[in-house]
Order: sequence, then C-alpha cells, then structure tokens
Amino acid sequence: MAETNNSHRKIRIHALRYNPAKADDEPRIQTYELEEAPGMTLFIALSEIREKQDPSLQFDFVCRAGICGSCGMMINGRPGLACRTVTKDLGEDISLAPLPVFELIGDLSVNSGKWMRGMSEKLETWVHSMGNSPDIKRIEEAMDPALAEAVYELDRCIECGCCVASCGTARMRQDFVGAVGLNKIARFRLDPRDKRADADFYELVGDDNGVFGCMSLLACHDVCPKSLPLQTQIAFLRRKMVVQGTRG
Amino acid sequence: MKIVYTDVLVIGGGLAGLRLAIGAKRRGHDAVILSLVPAKRSHSKAAQGGMQASLGNVTKGQGDTEDVHFEDTVRGSDWGADQEVVRMFVNTAPKAVRELAAWGVPWSRVRKGDRDVIINGQKVTITERDEAHGLIAQRDFGGTKKWRTCYAADGTGHAMINTVADQAIADSIPVHERKEALALIHDGTRCYGAVVRDLITGEVSAYVATATAVCTGGAGRVYRTTTNAVICEGIGHALALETGVSALGNMEAVQFHPTGIFPAGILVTEGCRGDGGLLKDVDGHRFMPDYEPEKKELASRDVVSRRMEEHIKKGKGVQSRFGEHIWLDITLLGEKHIHTNLREVWDICHYFLGVDPVKDLIPVRPAQHYTMGGVRTDASGHSPTLKGLFSAGEAACWDMHGFNRLGGNSVAETVVAGMIVGESVADYCDKLANTPTVPLGLVREFVEREQAKLAAFTKGGGTEDASAIKGEMQDLMTANVGIFRTGKELEEAVDKLQKLLVRSRKIGLRSPSLGANPELVTAYRVQRMLKIALTIAYGASVRTESRGAHFRSDFPRRNDAEWLKRTLATWKNDADTLPTLGYEALDVTRMELPPGWRGYGAKDYIDHPDTPERQKAVEAIRAQFASDRFAMQKALMPYEHLLPEVLRGRNERIDERF
Repeated sequence: MAETNNSHRKIRIHALRYNPAKADDEPRIQTYELEEAPGMTLFIALSEIREKQDPSLQFDFVCRAGICGSCGMMINGRPGLACRTVTKDLGEDISLAPLPVFELIGDLSVNSGKWMRGMSEKLETWVHSMGNSPDIKRIEEAMDPALAEAVYELDRCIECGCCVASCGTARMRQDFVGAVGLNKIARFRLDPRDKRADADFYELVGDDNGVFGCMSLLACHDVCPKSLPLQTQIAFLRRKMVVQGTRG
Repeated sequence: MKIVYTDVLVIGGGLAGLRLAIGAKRRGHDAVILSLVPAKRSHSKAAQGGMQASLGNVTKGQGDTEDVHFEDTVRGSDWGADQEVVRMFVNTAPKAVRELAAWGVPWSRVRKGDRDVIINGQKVTITERDEAHGLIAQRDFGGTKKWRTCYAADGTGHAMINTVADQAIADSIPVHERKEALALIHDGTRCYGAVVRDLITGEVSAYVATATAVCTGGAGRVYRTTTNAVICEGIGHALALETGVSALGNMEAVQFHPTGIFPAGILVTEGCRGDGGLLKDVDGHRFMPDYEPEKKELASRDVVSRRMEEHIKKGKGVQSRFGEHIWLDITLLGEKHIHTNLREVWDICHYFLGVDPVKDLIPVRPAQHYTMGGVRTDASGHSPTLKGLFSAGEAACWDMHGFNRLGGNSVAETVVAGMIVGESVADYCDKLANTPTVPLGLVREFVEREQAKLAAFTKGGGTEDASAIKGEMQDLMTANVGIFRTGKELEEAVDKLQKLLVRSRKIGLRSPSLGANPELVTAYRVQRMLKIALTIAYGASVRTESRGAHFRSDFPRRNDAEWLKRTLATWKNDADTLPTLGYEALDVTRMELPPGWRGYGAKDYIDHPDTPERQKAVEAIRAQFASDRFAMQKALMPYEHLLPEVLRGRNERIDERF
C-alpha cells in the first residue's frame, strides 16, 4: 500500500464561493489547502475546512454514508456525492462547485429539496389506490417477490439531483422533470398497488417537460450514484407513452 | 413579528413526525412540519435492516405473536420499559407494516419452497409455505425468539420514508425545510408553539399551535464516534429540557451498535448477523459463542457490544493504524445474497473501506447508535408536565425501550408512535377547551429573547471557539461515558462538561453574520448539546447499577431493589450547570412480565422485593387462562383502553385467522 506516500499529501480544494443573499457578493473560487488524512472523504475535508479555516463555507451533509442524497455537488466538473468521494482517488487539486439547475443557497449548497417537492407534487409520486384501502388488521395483499424486488430497485433513488445537474434538457427547459421524475413514474407504473393507467401517466409525462423532452444524452445514467437503470427505464417509458399518445 | 398559525406544529420531518402529521391532518387538523433538511433526508432513512412486527409469515417466524414480541422487547429493555406501552406497540406494529404495504413500501416478499440460509455458521435448507408466497418476509435480528424483522432489502428506512414522505405530499402537508426551532413557547404549564429560525435567511419568527410535537430523533452527535447523521444533535431533547418543566427520561441509556465500520462509524446493519454473518477476532476465531452460547452473535446489542470490547481488552482485537477492531464476516452468505439483500452494506464497504464484503472481512467496532432516553410523555405521547407538548419516536421516552432497544424496534416505533400519537394529538385538538387563547405578549417575549441570544454571539465580544468546545465534548463523551462506565470517569466527565458549558456562554464568532452562517448554528447548538451531554453523564454517574446499555464496571449487577426506576431530568434555571434529577418508580405489581434473567448476558441481579409475589400471581393467571392467550393477557395487564379506538383489535396471521 502507498499509505506512507499518501498520508501526508497536501491537497488543495478550489471551492466556488457565492452568497446570493449578499447584495454585493461576486462569485469567485477560493482555495483551501489541507493535509490529507488516511481514508479522508470530501465530507471530512470540508468539515475540517469549516472547523479550522473558514467557518462561513456553506455545504450540506446529513448521513455522510451515501444514502440520503444531501451532498450532491460538482466534483472536478462531474456531479457526485461528496460524502463518499475519497480524496485519495482524486488529484492534489480538487474543484468543487454547486449543482447547476437548482436554486443556489450559498457556496456548495443548493435547494434540491424544494425542486424535488415540486416534482413530486407535479407527478403525484405516490400510490394512487383509487379508494382501495385494505383493512390493516387483515393479512396483507400478496405481491410477487420478483416484482417487489423490481419496485425496490427503482425505489432506491435518493433524490440527490445528480441526474438533473448532468441533464442537457434540464438546462434548457426549466420545468423538465428529469430522470428522477421519469424514474418515479416508471416505479409507480410497475407497482400493482398504484391503479393509475397509462392514460393517467401520459397526462403527467407525455410532453416535452416529460419523457419526450429527453434527448437521450443519458449522462443521468452515467452519474447516478445508486446506478439506477435510467437508460432502460426512460426508453421503456417513452415507448409506452408513444403507444398511449398514438392511441389518442 | 412574523407568526405562522397552525393546529399542529411538528418539529422534525423524519418518519415519526411525518406519520404523526398525516394522522392529525386526516382527522381534520392542519399540520406544519419543520425540518432541518428535506424530509426524505432525515436520519430515519438510515435504518437498514428492518422493522419488527409479528406477522409470522416465514417458516422461522411461525408461532410468532404480539406476546413473543412483547417478551423480547421487555427482556431487551432489561425491564426498564413501560410494559403497557410495549403492549400498545407490539399490537400496532403489524398494522403499521400493513398500512405501509398498502401505501407502497416495497417490502421484500416470501418465496415459496426451499431456500438455503446460513444459521449458526451452517448452511441450512428451509421450506417456505405455499400460503405465505408473496406475503411480507421476515429476517432474524438480535434478541428475538422468532424471525420477525420485516425489510425492504437493506434499505428499509429509505423505502419507508420515501413512501411516508410522499404520502404527506399527497395529503398536502407543508414541510418547512431548513427551519430550526430555537425554543418552545410556554408559560410553565402550557406549550404554545416554537420560536423558529430560517437557516437560509436567518429570519426568526414564531409558529403558534394548539399542539406541538417534538419528533427530532436522537442525540448521537454528542459523541465523537456515532452512526448517527450529522443532524442528530439532540436539539429537540434540549428544547424540551430548556422549558424547565418538561422532563427527559433515562438519558443515561445510550445504545452502542456492535457493527459501526471502523474507524468512520458508519453503520452496517444488524441484518448482516441476522442473515448469518459472524464476528471474528485477530486469529479468525468466532468468539461470540464462547461468551454467549445461546444467542451468540444475536444477543441484544448492549451485550454483543460489551463482549466485543471485552474481547479486544483481552488482546484479541485486530491492530490497525487507527486502533483496534473486530472483523465482521459475511463472506459465507454468498455473492447473490449480498447483492440482493445487503446491497447498501456492499456500497458502504466499497466506497468507504475499499473492500468487497463478498470476499473480504469488514472491520467493525461498536459506535454510539441510539438514544433510548427522551422527552418524557405518557402512553398517549403527551407531556405530563407541559400541556400541549407531545413527542414521538427516538426523541420521546414514552418508554418502550427502557435501557436497551432491540434492533428493528426503532424504525417500527417511529411509525407506530406516529400512528398512536397522531390520534392523541387529534383528540387533543378536537376539544374546544384546548384551543389556546394566544398570549401574544408571551410569544413576542420568547422571540425577542432568542434574537437577543443570537445577537450576543455576533456582538457579545466572546472569545471561545464553538467548534473547539463541541470537539472537546464529543471526545469526552466517547472516552468517559461509553460502553464501560465507572464512577470516577463519569464524575470527571460531569466536571469537565460543566466547565465546557460555562465556556460555551462566552462563545464568539469569526464570521458574525446573522444570516446563513454555519458557525452561528454550531454556537447555539453546542450550548444545548452540552446540556444533553450533562444529562447523560450526570444520570449515569448517579445510577449505581448496570441495566441494559448502561454498564457500570464498579456496579456490574442490575439492582431492581434500588434502581427499578426511571430517571427524570429537568433543567430548572438557565444559569444552572447541572440538571435536577428525580426518579419515577416502575410498579412491579402491575407488570405482565416481572423482572428476571434476560436469556443472555449476566445472570446475576438483585431482585425487587415485590418480584417473587408478582411472579406467583402471574403464574397463577397464566395457568388459569392457559387456553386463551388474549384472555390471559387481559387478566395480566389490561392495556387496550390506552390505544386509540381505530388501532385496537387483533391482528390476523396465516396461523391465526379470524
């Protein structure tokens, strides 16, 4: 192991600084130098910078374990989860910037939560039981085990916003629902507990802000931290929506 | 002064708060949820392995009932739990799982026929019944007699909060994200809401409500090494404590999870061991059967964590540059199982350790994990000392975990408590007499007091560094108030924490903005965290016995004669540097399960004088009603009157149809 070589490496983090709440603030890059520790993640590095160098630096971490989706940011120009990015996998110079598309709170912090809530309201991302509410004292409805696994697979999305930040369409169309939204429609479409039909889903995503807005650049698929099968899901959903649309 | 009015103010957007708000809203009361972060990013999301509910669908869960779940939970608590609350919980848990199934949680399902599993290190073939095919599956977890833990792969909390948060959106419940409560507004007898700070703009406003519910999760971040998310700083606990009238129960009861990855402390689920994973020492020896021949790796968490540390102290830990650890071996579970049922574990090992658990061992060591103590409430979730204040989930002490919580019982508690307390909040709001006449002068006084405290940080000329104080507190708690505790170390901790608290009153900021300012946030939170740390350390130093997760090396026996009681801490005056401790006795004569040996861990304890007589009475009732478990339970300890009417009633099972 190269631990002796790496353990005292100096790294430089070049972070985009900008506080939109300050009238006179200008976006700029600020550089922080620190000593790399073994096993250091960007969570550890940024926390150390805030504690020891610059208490005003804004960023978001919650779980610091790669499961909550809070810490999406541009890491050397590519969207990713900062908490599980290990500094030794990067060069000595690391550039960090906030995810584009989302409203900027300040520095590396963006309001992806607000965006996601808007998307959920628009696409109605919940099971529509259509009045079918079972008696919870009784044995639950059976579900095919493989189907349950398939639904879980699509349910693994953590709404980190990396797919939206990497999306060409999202840059051009403010109301584009992104791979995150399309994947959610695919997830509920697959779920037999959701009684919506394709005609209902077509109303939600059958336009250029939905599945027909996707240009198939598919950066979303490449950057998704949970490796969701976005490419196949979007293609499949588009085919189904074309069928629905031509049916009139 | 900006004021937001609502019927129900829920502080905390995790599973407990979301479910509570949904319950209140469906009963016709408006609810607003305050959350530090977007709701789906709450720490509920981190629950991996599953949720206990006695469905009994899988073969190894056959014969499971509320009765077995009840006994496991009370034994797990080392008899610290309120047994009526445990009964309410175990009877509601199956309903909660089934409600979540209807709402869309992708629970893992039973597949009929043969399958190979690992039990006690051996491959065993078990056969699932045809009639269970497609029903919700259960896995094994620590401290349970039956396979009872329902799961969605190892992303159970993730799947649950996705569904429940989306349900809250469906019900048009607003979640005010990035908002932090700074104080509860109260007049000493009644709570009127909270003073709230916007973490983006820094604006301070008041939220006024008929009922206020603290659902803020745990306080793990008062420790250095914890599995908890960075937002789990015990602020909700502190808000209640700072009222001076609301008490915190059993704060010295702190759980350490056996398998935090080493050294980062990130959790890998108990499901690793439940599914057959083993703990091994420096020699590759599986040591748990040497200590715990009956439950082995699957004794309760407090016991397994102590055995691991004990084994390390014997020189059997694995040396690394960060210190010593134990190995967790899940290689015997096979690639397919790991990639299907333990995929978050695989992700965590891959990204944070650079190891592949399909073929490599995982370095683990116990890390702070769960706060059993919390805001003291009655069985309906209502504070007995501050009217209109409710609490649910990890933040609360209603008290179903006592001194040790079983794995799979916390994420279950969040939803169950949300269901129960949501109803009692709605009942409370239904009564016209409970609608407050808002004392606007008082509201303004509270808002201005908090504004003045914030201004003191930015302009008060203090010189102390908030981050440094926080770091010292965390190191001290991990070093002195950990798994093994002694009077000497605890007294030293209490002394040093008091000094830190005094220093924290002179914090100054390098970055003196009242707007978005992480340093300001650290400053006001660390003062509150120190009060919580002191409540934990002081409670632990006074409790001269060992019970559940609270282990005193100098008092290693459980002492029911003197300590079968709940600690109640209050903070009388803001200038105090110690909480005031009181105690509330647990009544053995009303217990369905009188105190005894847990079935694992130490066999040695001091009985309560009432125990033998109660034991006899219980045995007589059991004999009398041997043929009807429901009648027996009712005769032993009636509890159903405590449940909201909509949640009463039996639970159907394959083997128990009605």
